[in-house]
Amino acid sequence: MTNLLLLIPVALLLGAIGLGAFVWALRSGQFEDLEGAAMRILNDDDEKPS
Amino acid sequence: MACHARTSPPAGPAPPNGPDGTGTQPGTDYAAYASTERAGHGHLDLMAPDIHCAGCIKRIETALNAHPAVTAARVNMSTKRVAVDWCGDLALADEIAGTVAALGFDIRPFDGDRASGAQDAARSRELLLALAVAGFAAGNVMLLSVSIWSGAPDATRAMFHWLSALIALPAVGYAGRPFFRSAWAALKVRSLNMDVPISLAVLLACAMSLYETVNLGEEAYFDAAVMLLFFLLVGRYLDHLMRTRAHSALHALLSLTAKSATVVSDDAVRTRTPIDDIEAGMVVAVAPDECLPVDGIVCGGTSDVDLSMMTGESVPRTVERGDMVHEGTMNLTGELLVQVSASGATTLLADIISMMEAAEKSKARYVRLADMAARVYAPLVHGIAALTFLGWLWASGGDWHFAAFTAVAVLIITCPCALGLAVPVVQIVASGVLFRGGVLLKDGAALERLAEIDTVVLDKTGTLTLGRPRLVSPAVIDVDQLALAAGLSRHSNHPLSRAITALAAQRNITPHNVVAVTEQPGLGLSGTYDGMQVFLGRRDWCAPAAVEDDDGRQLELCLQTGHGAPQMFRFEDELRTDAPFVVSELKRRGFPVEMLSGDRPKAVARLARKLGIAEYRAQWTPEAKAHYVASLNSSGKHVLMVGDGLNDAPALAAGHASIAPSSATDAGRTAADFVFLGDRLQPVLFAHRIACRARRLVMQNFALAAGYNLIAVPLAILGYASPLVAAIAMSVSSLIVTGNALRLRLNTPRQHPDAVATAPGGKAAGSDERSAA
Repeated sequence: MTNLLLLIPVALLLGAIGLGAFVWALRSGQFEDLEGAAMRILNDDDEKPS
Repeated sequence: MACHARTSPPAGPAPPNGPDGTGTQPGTDYAAYASTERAGHGHLDLMAPDIHCAGCIKRIETALNAHPAVTAARVNMSTKRVAVDWCGDLALADEIAGTVAALGFDIRPFDGDRASGAQDAARSRELLLALAVAGFAAGNVMLLSVSIWSGAPDATRAMFHWLSALIALPAVGYAGRPFFRSAWAALKVRSLNMDVPISLAVLLACAMSLYETVNLGEEAYFDAAVMLLFFLLVGRYLDHLMRTRAHSALHALLSLTAKSATVVSDDAVRTRTPIDDIEAGMVVAVAPDECLPVDGIVCGGTSDVDLSMMTGESVPRTVERGDMVHEGTMNLTGELLVQVSASGATTLLADIISMMEAAEKSKARYVRLADMAARVYAPLVHGIAALTFLGWLWASGGDWHFAAFTAVAVLIITCPCALGLAVPVVQIVASGVLFRGGVLLKDGAALERLAEIDTVVLDKTGTLTLGRPRLVSPAVIDVDQLALAAGLSRHSNHPLSRAITALAAQRNITPHNVVAVTEQPGLGLSGTYDGMQVFLGRRDWCAPAAVEDDDGRQLELCLQTGHGAPQMFRFEDELRTDAPFVVSELKRRGFPVEMLSGDRPKAVARLARKLGIAEYRAQWTPEAKAHYVASLNSSGKHVLMVGDGLNDAPALAAGHASIAPSSATDAGRTAADFVFLGDRLQPVLFAHRIACRARRLVMQNFALAAGYNLIAVPLAILGYASPLVAAIAMSVSSLIVTGNALRLRLNTPRQHPDAVATAPGGKAAGSDERSAA
């Protein structure tokens, strides 16, 4: 029972980190151009996206 | 790479916008569209519909970043937009737009406020966030549920139920909003849509489970509620993604009819005036290679006007003082002064657009398959749940708790999870397959309609033909003569001149250096070569003596050098190479094929004979076309309209389904359900085949969903639908439906061989440059 008290918060925290990462990615516009992202990997030189 | 949007202009004094009228629209005031957040900084959004590969992204971004003032440039490939930020005056906008136009891209300013783009983006973000929250909740609640199912003792179970409630209730409140809102909107107007049973099931499941949790009961459905939302949101997001994909690139184009015009006052002062301020009676100057911004009567100047987009006529018409001209047609050779008779909302163009909108409204009555299913499904499900409740209440002698619990279980298990995925998954897969085959799809309903068509109506100019003239039997023409003609023709924008210039370039013939070239609008070109006067133009102008069987305005040019015999160049509107095959294939599939055109009867009849089309009409107005298509529709036929011009736009909107080539006018592309790339007509067949297969898969998915219910519902009614059974049944049915949809991808060749554009100078189809890159 005691290990549950530790493990459940840990599980929830890990999930929350994942959710937070997704929300961050969405906010920073990484889902705005899905097709362009697929095409950009074909450009050789590593220009920093501005 | 095959993706260079346009060929570079030929040597010589080419007009600023390139030889084929691409580049920026003349007179567009980009600075007016630029915005600023901080003083000294500017931002501009440009639409560039031609962006379609990695090379395009790179060329645009490299060119813009090379500009000293630009601080950030970013191409968005999904929306075909370029966002530029720069440091400096707003007036730099014109220069920056020019940088992109100089690469050969057709660009227009993007008006963010008016376009629906921002709304779409917000909705897509909301759905994605809801999806993420539902996913998070489903994962964690499932974790707890598994331990409950594997036999957790009482105290642990109660704690886990509470934990589940703590996660699930806020998640449902957040992620369920899109469904609750839509269900509420439907209930308010006393109708049922798919979201009503969904919302009811989710809310009842939560309420029931909360009751169980408080009373330390054994079974809670929190996992089912959030999982349900998760699956449904996947379907909802896919549906939304597809609707915005092509929509965003095509829709905003229409807003850009002429915005301003050059007004000439009585004392010959010229001012650039917004189109809204132009009144009837004013005089407007129209430069060569500019689109006419108004309807009016020519009161000065002579020119050739390209009417093909308005009337479908393939030969430019010579206009002079007293002739009527219309907004949207292209002035080719000389400057015109036009006395305005109508502008803005009263022009013929505006008429056509309002006709188009009217036709589109009537099409909105089409009921999508999923909605049709919902109309049957929702009352049925609610009826069964109610009967279950009453039945158990009676059978168990008033045990309302058990009766209600079973009824809720019925609602949960019948919740149209698989049904909600059945249509969008198929459509998103289909639109992906179509996209790779060079066909853009506007919305899913169009795919359903395309599968239902039984009559095909084709336009002539620009659809069956390429809408550009090609020299007949070029082999008989002497190289020296061609070089001389090209020396003259490269100075002109007339379609026939362009055809000669293009032919010379294609054969690697260097044009002779003809000097002192002047263009006589409506007549032709003259110049000096080697001390001799040379003429290229109308036969009766170049060689008046040689006039013989002149049958009116034929597609021909005459080259006259000194006193020698004139050399004739005859042209025809080039047929799309696979047009005969497509027509015969459509007939083989059992569709009557008809042709409607605004062109002269002779030209139409000749082409109809060549293609074996028995039913054809010539010299039809846009109204006549639209009425004809609408009347076919109302007589119970389902018409597929294929067309490109402004004059086809109302008919495209009226058709049960419609397809336009990407070379079509903005209005044509906006009105059509599908847009295909490349110089071939085959994508029409390809799109139809995919639409039919998609429909079959949707039907199969409905059958699978129904089959699932046939098994699951009796179990639920009898009270065997424990949370475990519900969870398994729901996920399995969703997976089966999704897997079935993916089959569409399996049997389709990765590159549809017919759709890959191989035509000269054309834009390659989407699939082409992936392999080339």
